[in-house]
Amino acid sequence: MDWIVFVVAAAAVLAGALGVVLSTHPVHSALMLVLTLFGIAVLFVAQEAHFLAAVQVIVYAGAIVVLFLFVIMLLGIDKSENLATERLPGQRPIAYLAGLGVIAAIFLLARTAWVSGAESVAGAADGPGSNVEKVASSLFTRYLLAFEMTSVLLVIAVVGAVVLARHSPSGGVRDAEET
Amino acid sequence: MGDPLYADGIDAAVLLIVAAKVLIVFAFLMVSVLFMVWFERKVISDMQSRIGPNRAGPWGLLQTLADGIKLFFKEDLLPEQADRRVFRLAPYLSIVPAFAAFAVVPFGGTISVFGHRTHMQLADPPVGVLFLLAMSGIAVYGVMLAGWASGSKYPLLGSVRASAQMVSYEAAMSLAIAAAVLTAGSLSTRDIVIAQEGYRWNLWVLGVVPFVVYLIAATAETNRPPFDLVEAEQELVGGFHTEYASISFALFFLAEFMNTVTVSAVAVTLFLGGPNGPRIGFLPDLWPVVWFLGKLLIFLFVYVWFRATLPRFRYDQLMDLGWKKLIPLALYWLLLIAALRVGRDRGWEWYYVLGAGVAVGAVAWGALSAALRQGDTVKVAA
Repeated sequence: MDWIVFVVAAAAVLAGALGVVLSTHPVHSALMLVLTLFGIAVLFVAQEAHFLAAVQVIVYAGAIVVLFLFVIMLLGIDKSENLATERLPGQRPIAYLAGLGVIAAIFLLARTAWVSGAESVAGAADGPGSNVEKVASSLFTRYLLAFEMTSVLLVIAVVGAVVLARHSPSGGVRDAEET
Repeated sequence: MGDPLYADGIDAAVLLIVAAKVLIVFAFLMVSVLFMVWFERKVISDMQSRIGPNRAGPWGLLQTLADGIKLFFKEDLLPEQADRRVFRLAPYLSIVPAFAAFAVVPFGGTISVFGHRTHMQLADPPVGVLFLLAMSGIAVYGVMLAGWASGSKYPLLGSVRASAQMVSYEAAMSLAIAAAVLTAGSLSTRDIVIAQEGYRWNLWVLGVVPFVVYLIAATAETNRPPFDLVEAEQELVGGFHTEYASISFALFFLAEFMNTVTVSAVAVTLFLGGPNGPRIGFLPDLWPVVWFLGKLLIFLFVYVWFRATLPRFRYDQLMDLGWKKLIPLALYWLLLIAALRVGRDRGWEWYYVLGAGVAVGAVAWGALSAALRQGDTVKVAA
């Protein structure tokens, strides 16, 4: 049963990932990305990480890809692209190399004790309480500093975006003058 | 925790019960849409001193059925400029989340069927509330892609409006729901209902604010009037579904009304105690369902009432309301409730906590309104 769930979800993840790369159309690529994210959410549920699965769908599929699509539609770049042209010379070989490097890194993390000092295991987190409680207690006790740092980073990003988009009182940005 | 149905392993009877539950929820949603369309037309007619549909069936009850049959026999069109696959996919993307969200709504107590105890609820996942939020996040895709895939100007404008609106109001809605989660201490919808037993309904336990914020945000999420800028006829012809006909259009229509029913059911679950109500000895399993449906009907009436009485918002008013009023208000209220709870756990006097909370709120409100005034003068200068 677990095995069937894994195979179906993994097939969806891989099909989505290939679709993102191989679609000629940005909107189709974005939709394929949603398929991948859903597959990953199912894999999380199979590992009893319910909270991560829900957040995966809410944040990534429900907000980030929606913003991708929003920008694609608003900027009017929703046209098919010719995959044969290369914008940056030498982009492809470097991409292949980087891909192989990522696969090697994942393999090292998953199959050896060399990186983290222990072999990785799959399955539900042990200890009492529901999955949500376990995630919350480790996030707000042991990893509190990392959590706070992440939120500070996000605030900096938001402030940066506001500063960039701001209409300054003295004359305003060029867009504001034209309209 | 969890449905007692799965406690003794899964056999054929359990599978059959689950299948029956799926069927019941599906049938309930379909019938409720048929009813809701008729109800909306009749109530609006009453408010406008008209009679409304009165030809098909008694009191025009079968009018929706007649409209549905008519729609299904029409020709399905595919615009020449359309993106064929996405155009066909979009109606399903909007109807599936509408169905799925209802699965976690508890609409009755726990009953016995063929020797198995089971909740009257299709599914009770430990992250039920997050599942609801996920489904409302996914619901954007149907509207957005429908407008884009039509390859036509006005539907595209409608869908761009829709995506910005739904993403904006999701934040306020989540904050309002988080307040309900905070009192129950659980994300499971059934636990939230159980925490409200004995008329400790979140409506008054949390103060009325989260409820009002949820009601407004949910109206915006479902693109119902007065927030139906997505299909503002005067500006956008028919909005995102201008190019749709026949069954595809019927699916959008179905999804819209189903979403109305679902957000009302969620409001009943989170703020009005779901199926809680007076216990009556005669047929004890039936009454919770009756209370649930009664509360649901009140909400549906409120939505129709909104539509009949409120003029449509302008787009900048919509964004101002969402970002500058609802989100700060919902965030402040959530922090205040959290502070009161921490104070209770630590044994602080509640009036000190409340006083400090109100003081912080006053300072925050002052800072926010000063910032907004500043923003307005900048806008005028530019």
